[in-house]
Amino acid sequence: MGSQYSGGDMGERARHLAKKSILWLALSLFLGLLLFAVILADSRSASAEPLPGGNVRAIPAFARKYGLPCSACHTAWPELNNFGQVFRDNGYQLMNDRDSPIWQNPSYWPITFRMTPNWHRERTNHQPVDGAPPNGSVVEQHGFDLSGMDVWTAGTLYKNISFSLLPSLDSDGTFGFENAFVRFDNLLNSRWVNVKFGKFELDNLISEKRFLFLSANGGFYQTYHFVPVGASNDFGLGDNQIGVELMGHSANSYTRYSASLVSSNSGNPGLPSNRTYDGYVTFSQAFQVGRLGLQRLGGYAYAGRRPTFSQTFGGGEPIPGTGLGNKSFYRVGFAGDLYILQGKWEFLPFFLHGYDNVFLGTATPANVPLPAGAQAPKWNGGFIETHYYYSPQLVLTGRYEIIRMSRQALTSNPSNLGDIDAYTAGYRWYPIMFSRAGLAWHNEFSLVKTAGSIPLSGNGVGSIPCTATCPGVWSQSLLFGFDFDF
Amino acid sequence: MKSITSVVAFFFGSLGLALAAGTTPCFAQIDIHFHAVTGPMEARVGGLTGHSSDGKALYRRFCVGCHGASGDGNGENAIWFDPTLGFAKPRDFTVAVFKCRSTPSGTLPTDEDLFDALTRGFVTTNMPEWRPLSGLDRADLVAFIKTFSLRWQTDKAGTPIAIPPEPPAKIESILHGRELFQKMECWKCHGPEGRGDGPSAATLTDSKGNPIRPYDFTTGERFKCGVSNRDLYRIFMTGLDGTPMPSFADTIKPEEAWDLVHFLRTLQVSIKTPELATFKQWVSAHPGQLKPIGQQAPSGN
Ligand code: HEC
Ligand code: HEC
Repeated sequence: MGSQYSGGDMGERARHLAKKSILWLALSLFLGLLLFAVILADSRSASAEPLPGGNVRAIPAFARKYGLPCSACHTAWPELNNFGQVFRDNGYQLMNDRDSPIWQNPSYWPITFRMTPNWHRERTNHQPVDGAPPNGSVVEQHGFDLSGMDVWTAGTLYKNISFSLLPSLDSDGTFGFENAFVRFDNLLNSRWVNVKFGKFELDNLISEKRFLFLSANGGFYQTYHFVPVGASNDFGLGDNQIGVELMGHSANSYTRYSASLVSSNSGNPGLPSNRTYDGYVTFSQAFQVGRLGLQRLGGYAYAGRRPTFSQTFGGGEPIPGTGLGNKSFYRVGFAGDLYILQGKWEFLPFFLHGYDNVFLGTATPANVPLPAGAQAPKWNGGFIETHYYYSPQLVLTGRYEIIRMSRQALTSNPSNLGDIDAYTAGYRWYPIMFSRAGLAWHNEFSLVKTAGSIPLSGNGVGSIPCTATCPGVWSQSLLFGFDFDF
Repeated sequence: MKSITSVVAFFFGSLGLALAAGTTPCFAQIDIHFHAVTGPMEARVGGLTGHSSDGKALYRRFCVGCHGASGDGNGENAIWFDPTLGFAKPRDFTVAVFKCRSTPSGTLPTDEDLFDALTRGFVTTNMPEWRPLSGLDRADLVAFIKTFSLRWQTDKAGTPIAIPPEPPAKIESILHGRELFQKMECWKCHGPEGRGDGPSAATLTDSKGNPIRPYDFTTGERFKCGVSNRDLYRIFMTGLDGTPMPSFADTIKPEEAWDLVHFLRTLQVSIKTPELATFKQWVSAHPGQLKPIGQQAPSGN
């Protein structure tokens, strides 16, 4: 594997390694101290607890409302288990006739904060930095950092009327809404009719919002955001979309469906880019297999259109929402959520087939002739992810993800342009898990090879352009930190 | 190469540290120690056989926060459930006294009873419906909660009471049920209109000394121990052990019990039961014929 980092001269590398040993020493020390601090904090030191136990801790919104432990709804937070899925499908309700906020103690606030102070290192090779040789050199960045902060508030406005509001503050300080919706639950007194309105996560069979990865490279499903190199499409299955969703489920959520109609702007607020709407449908069915655990299989399809040019006032700025020359694209596939060893070991297979219209694939306005050799790009992507739950408080994770172009947008493109291979492994240990607060020690390493597209890690600007061949850029992310939620 | 090695070393090093810390008692809770008093237990429900050894991990994941590591109902969250606001405390499994039984008052419930109770949850309390867990998981949990009390080794589950087939809910049946409601003094706790506001209601406590409210028939459609007419029959013919809600098996004859079931349905004014319609129709045709329920002053009793 050493050959991946063949950029840079050897002397610099040696110096670099020496510096690194010192860094590791310092880090180990630092970590030791942090762990020690956690142990001290947890040993119920008499002095630290003047109030009755529990009173001093702030609380994750639902666990606190219902007095449930995190592990009741999460295999390992934030990933949901089936009990948590049913709770979510019911509109954040236990259905005990006490879900409406009128039953809550007035001091209850349905709010939770999540933050992850961390240390991470990004290493990317073949970067065309100043003075680099023709095939680029390695860029390494590392340091202490913060994740964006989540302040999530969600719950019920009344029995069978729920809401969620997740303002997001990115680590660079940008403010936005990750999600914001109201949901009318159990319409017609049926679990099969629930309507959500606003900005929300598509009902993906494998959620990218409640998953167990945080690093720059590993903290995304590549398949959920992939578009062919050079395409003008901005769609990502993993992007929260703005629109309306109809969904339904059986009492234990073994059977689930959803159908959404969303604006064609991939979740960016403001006027949509054109005057068409996208559609998304999912269906999944779960069944129990003896002592193995619950097995779920499902399929999905997304179809949409994107404009290729806009109306203008005499050739000036495009007028928002007036996109013309709409061209279609789709994503279809299936996913699973499979368990063995009585639910201790989970496997999440995912497959996607993607297609973009030739105008989108080559970013050509529909009123302009296509470049020579243009064709509609197609690709297949997928991953297999695995989680081993040693206990509700320790989970080991791993994932292999692959994307292969099956048809390039231009016949002249190298055949592997856009291909991705991604490997991620990590673990999360939850030394503190109460219904009032959770703290996880998160450790993750991720390695991604991209051909012709810029990797997610680093500052995501440069990579050696692909010409006749596409050698591929390897990028690594290493991250550890404290993920806490209260 | 070196870089990968150090990453791997760091990775496993800190994982080892986590595991080591986790095995320290009372820290990190990676393993919780349960205080079972019996040997391994089994539960048979339909074709399923649950094992306490398999139920343990499930209990630790789902139940321990309320019912506690020793099953005494003093989990981390129990202090937050306020009985004065109508939120029951989690069940104490060490005394093995259960509310929802098909068996006579004072006896242990059957495995099915416990299975059904956790499947449906306890409406108006924090005890959720555990239907999202598989049947086998629920059977394993039933087996596991039996390890908290020696009663499960010394006593056998009671024999489920016999329930005769339900007669039609004719007006005669409803009116006779109404007489029973008066005579058996259900109203003293449940109130003349079933609002849970009878003269004794305010003073009731359960076997743990916590305040408890009689069921209010006028709101909601479900009961803690079921929804159907058969469930309703079973509720007052076996009683909710550990609460002031007694069993009437010794005072109400099985055939008469159905009459009372039919009358109780007329109290559920928030859902339009057929019994209520029949009853209303009769009342409007016979104005002033019914004595109000409650303390009947002149004749007294
Ligand atoms: C959020 C708190 C909470 C959790 C979690 C919880 N329970 Fe309960 N449970 C309660 C409460 C409260 C009651 C008592 C309700 C009442 O008495 O009205 C109860 C009652 C019970 C009963 C009594 C049945 C009867 O007929 O008396 C059983 C059995 C039970 N729970 C099993 C479980 C099992 C098994 C789990 C885990 C899968 C579990 N509970 C998880 C709160 C909880
Ligand atoms: C001494 C007071 C008292 C009397 C008398 C009484 N009840 Fe109750 N009843 C209660 C209490 C208290 C509860 C609530 C128990 C609980 O929530 O755990 C209750 C609950 C119930 C429930 C609902 C049980 C459930 O599963 O939610 C029914 C039905 C009921 N009673 C019927 C009757 C009938 C019929 C009679 C007369 C034959 C009667 N009760 C007499 C105190 C009483």
